[in-house]
Amino acid sequence: MIGVISYLVFFTTVAAILGIAVLGLNLQWGNTGLFNGGVVASFGAGAYGTLILGGAPQESQLGGFELFYPLALLGGMAAAGILAWAVGRLTLRLRHDYLAIATFGVAVAFENVMRNATTITGGAQGIRGFERPFRQMLGDGFTYNLVFLIAVLVILCAVYIFLERLTVSPFGRLLRAIREDETAARSLGKSPDRVRLISFVTGSVIIGLAGGLYGTFYAFVSPQDVLPILTFQIWAMLIVGGAGNAKGALAGAFLIWGAWTFSGWALSRFAPVEAQLYTGSIQFVLIGMVIVGMLLWRPQGLFPERLIVSQPGRSREKTQAEGFT
Amino acid sequence: MDDAILKLSGVSRSFGDFTAVDDVTLEIRAGSITGLIGPNGAGKSTLFNVIAGELAPSSGSVSLSGTDVSRLPPDQRFALGLGRTFQIPRPFARMSVLENVMLAPLQQTGETLLGAVFSKARIREQEEAIRSRALEVLDFLTLRPVSDQPAGKISGGQMKLLELARVLMGDPRLILLDEPAAGVNPALTEVLIEKIEELNRGGKTFLIIEHDMDFVMRHCDPVIALAEGKVVFQGTSAEAQSNPVLLDAYLGAPVDA
Repeated sequence: MIGVISYLVFFTTVAAILGIAVLGLNLQWGNTGLFNGGVVASFGAGAYGTLILGGAPQESQLGGFELFYPLALLGGMAAAGILAWAVGRLTLRLRHDYLAIATFGVAVAFENVMRNATTITGGAQGIRGFERPFRQMLGDGFTYNLVFLIAVLVILCAVYIFLERLTVSPFGRLLRAIREDETAARSLGKSPDRVRLISFVTGSVIIGLAGGLYGTFYAFVSPQDVLPILTFQIWAMLIVGGAGNAKGALAGAFLIWGAWTFSGWALSRFAPVEAQLYTGSIQFVLIGMVIVGMLLWRPQGLFPERLIVSQPGRSREKTQAEGFT
Repeated sequence: MDDAILKLSGVSRSFGDFTAVDDVTLEIRAGSITGLIGPNGAGKSTLFNVIAGELAPSSGSVSLSGTDVSRLPPDQRFALGLGRTFQIPRPFARMSVLENVMLAPLQQTGETLLGAVFSKARIREQEEAIRSRALEVLDFLTLRPVSDQPAGKISGGQMKLLELARVLMGDPRLILLDEPAAGVNPALTEVLIEKIEELNRGGKTFLIIEHDMDFVMRHCDPVIALAEGKVVFQGTSAEAQSNPVLLDAYLGAPVDA
């Protein structure tokens, strides 16, 4: 019984952390229409940034500044934000799939830098020896995980509220207008380039926050954590849940992470021994099928975006708009 | 009232070897409803895009109320009082008609990231004001009944009215309309004409591209004609109706030549 609860805590923590990343991507894609194919670069910048700034000094390795944990986490978010700003300045002129290709390339380059810049990132070994906050007080066991889960859920709620406020504000309206028709928005006095950059950086900072929490949870990060598959998993979560709908994005995170872990378990349990080597690849295929299947048969996701009728001062009136695609 | 609100001098625009707009010099009188006519491919839409800032001129200059705006992007020209609609309407399709209109006002506190999250009271105040102004404009343009519809679901004619509604929220002095009557049912065209004339009496200047000669001759004065990128006629609509070149090119022949 304790084993099940303990596993559920573990599962929920990871799903909630990924949920934060999906919310960040939802701001970029769902609200602004930015096709970010390099989610994992922001995630990794947050994880590496947090661990380098907050970790203990390691031999023959730069970093290990042992910063006060919240500062380290903020530093990780800043690293993701600065990276996104630089990438955004260079690539946000691109549209649609071209932006996806460029950002995907950035993420692959990021992984390679992490793998090879041994003196900063520990190379393929990753960053070890990170002292998790409050570990001395709470130990390493179930109590720690439970407290950590609660902290993650609180952060998730804060991010959710922040983004919901943003979505219903005039800023959210501006993001949607730019997503719908940039030329028309520009003709009405808006500057799409600036707004796209703000949205891209903000979303990336949130994804970086998720990365920082992920690194903290495992007290470890290595290039294996910043492989392209994570980008696809986070995209699958958003597409299944429903782009443009924050609740859907969160539901998608839990559903896909559940399906991923379940399929991993089922394959290792039931696949014939000679096929065990390939179960990882089968999971990749499955996630690809989920993305393609959703795009073909239910592109709006399980929880479609709702049309917001701006009514300040009153409870927001939302009507389901027909034919959203 | 005879000062120029818009001045083009020697404006050209080429795409590769093709010169779409060729050395156009003209003035739009403040308070007028000026019609811009010409056969397909004459360069009318290109000229519009150069005036609105969507395209940079290859040479020449555009000035708005005495300010040289040749190098300014469209958003800054809107802020200086230049509004435009599009030949093929560009609604923000998955937003409500009301939201489309509420987007347009400039200088909204809630349009900045921090303002949106932290200045709640100020935003509510501004939104109330913008909302009631938007509903007034929608009322004026007969769009109030569809204000909660997704803008992508209303009729083509209503989309043209919606584009005008959005533009009006910025309170521009000069409004460019690209084929406002094309593809619109006659009843809505009547509404549109009536509203344009009412706005014009209120001091707004219009520059209108239109294929419908009847529309141009009845409602636009003066008239400018473009052919192969050049201005071939500029004068009153009475003069236009007796000009042999124009008669030959547009009035005698089928209109949509």
